Amino acid sequence: MATAYDIPMKQGEREEDGHAPVVAVENLYKSFENRAVLNGISLTVSRGETLAVLGRSGTGKSVLLRLIIGLEKPDSGSVCIHGQDIAGLALDRMGEIRKKMGFLFQQAALYDSLTVGENVAFPLAHHRREMSRSERGDRVKQLLAEVGMESDLDKMPSDISGGMQKRVGLARALALEPEILLLDEPTAGLDPISSGEIDDLILKLQREHQMASIVVTHDLHSARAIANRLALLNEGNVAIEGKFEDLQQSDIEFVKEFLKQS
Amino acid sequence: MPSEAMSATGLVNGFFDWFGNLGIFSWQVVRAAVTPPFEWRELIRQLDSVGSKSLPLVALAGAAIGAVLSMEARSSLTRFGAKSLLPSAIVYSVIEEMGPIITGLVVSGRVGAGIGAELASMKVTEQIDAIEASAINPYRLLAVTRILACILMLPLLTVAADACGVLMGWLAQTLVEPISLYQFIDHGFRGSTLNDLLPPTFKTAVFGLIIGLIACFQGMRTRGGAEGVGRAARNSVVLASLFVILADVVLVKLILVVFP
Repeated sequence: MATAYDIPMKQGEREEDGHAPVVAVENLYKSFENRAVLNGISLTVSRGETLAVLGRSGTGKSVLLRLIIGLEKPDSGSVCIHGQDIAGLALDRMGEIRKKMGFLFQQAALYDSLTVGENVAFPLAHHRREMSRSERGDRVKQLLAEVGMESDLDKMPSDISGGMQKRVGLARALALEPEILLLDEPTAGLDPISSGEIDDLILKLQREHQMASIVVTHDLHSARAIANRLALLNEGNVAIEGKFEDLQQSDIEFVKEFLKQS
Repeated sequence: MPSEAMSATGLVNGFFDWFGNLGIFSWQVVRAAVTPPFEWRELIRQLDSVGSKSLPLVALAGAAIGAVLSMEARSSLTRFGAKSLLPSAIVYSVIEEMGPIITGLVVSGRVGAGIGAELASMKVTEQIDAIEASAINPYRLLAVTRILACILMLPLLTVAADACGVLMGWLAQTLVEPISLYQFIDHGFRGSTLNDLLPPTFKTAVFGLIIGLIACFQGMRTRGGAEGVGRAARNSVVLASLFVILADVVLVKLILVVFP
């Protein structure tokens, strides 16, 4: 199986960008009802890079993604997208930044009153108004073909499995050709074969689109397969960050325990 | 004693918290309503959902009120020798008060619960977050369209309820003592002006605003899974009905002052 380490980087582009991070999270704090979830976390992700965020349940992995896309406001600290701090931006201004981002929710969050095709067409209908109906239809078919769901265009979300819903969610997240892809537990609740298929799909998309991706997952095997870098969270902060080998060589007790149990 | 004081404080805090959040929500809705792009397609869908799908229920309620008013008023007016005033009594009662308030309450129940439950269900399944993550303003797409649909459709539904009420009032009357529809309407509207007819009808636009705003607010702030969805639907109906009745008191007084 191919891993993210096998994916050739577009060197020219990275040099051109000067390794400028597309997403930069700095000293981020977030608490809910006096319970601290994130305690001064800092992370960066560059173009063409995939960062897997691992950790125990309740360590704030999903909250981190929601903060990056602006669905939650941080207590303090900053989230910069292409150098722009998104804290305090009005909804419509934030919308402009979100057009460059794709988000796959943990439960896919498909619109249950729309068909699979309409779900994927939804962002296009709102942001690509210049597209004709047939152009939009073609784009939807192309996106669904990328995730292997082209034959399920007219099905309702309730008529397809969890794994298929995630594929459709991924197609919807890619509809606006995002520069940043945020994936919340893309393989959670799936059988090993479906998980492997989703991993392969993410790798294929990385190869083709060269996005900056952040993948939140519990699944160490999946993280190792799809990510260039891993960040292990503990008590709301990064316990260790690096390649899988760095985690394996770590002397930190929590890291050893996490790897042993995974 | 201290626990009673604390629960009273909690109630007061909850009261101000609710109104404060409603104010913030209203501001977001107003801001989304006056800035493009406008969601015309969703507005038309909501006009259909609020208007044409509520029409049968509203018409039935109006018709029932007209028939009951006719039967009740007939015996009372006969007792006082004022039977000839029956058409006017029915027309005025239906158009000035019964039609608007019945329409407001029926729509509060049907549409308020529908919007509250639909948006609450979308909220707890992260569909509203997905809309926002897709760079679409959920206030503009979900709240503005529904509130506008309620504002625009309530007066039209009221006209339908009024028409059915007057028609059934006539039918109930003519079954006991035959009178032509033309005569009934001619007697009923005699001496009335547009000032008598239009303000009570258009005041229901305010009912529409209340129903739409409260149902969207309750739905979009829901937490807590299926139980939260049920709570949002129930609260939408209860609060919208309550505020419609309270607004009616204020609006009737206002109409009497402005259109004496």
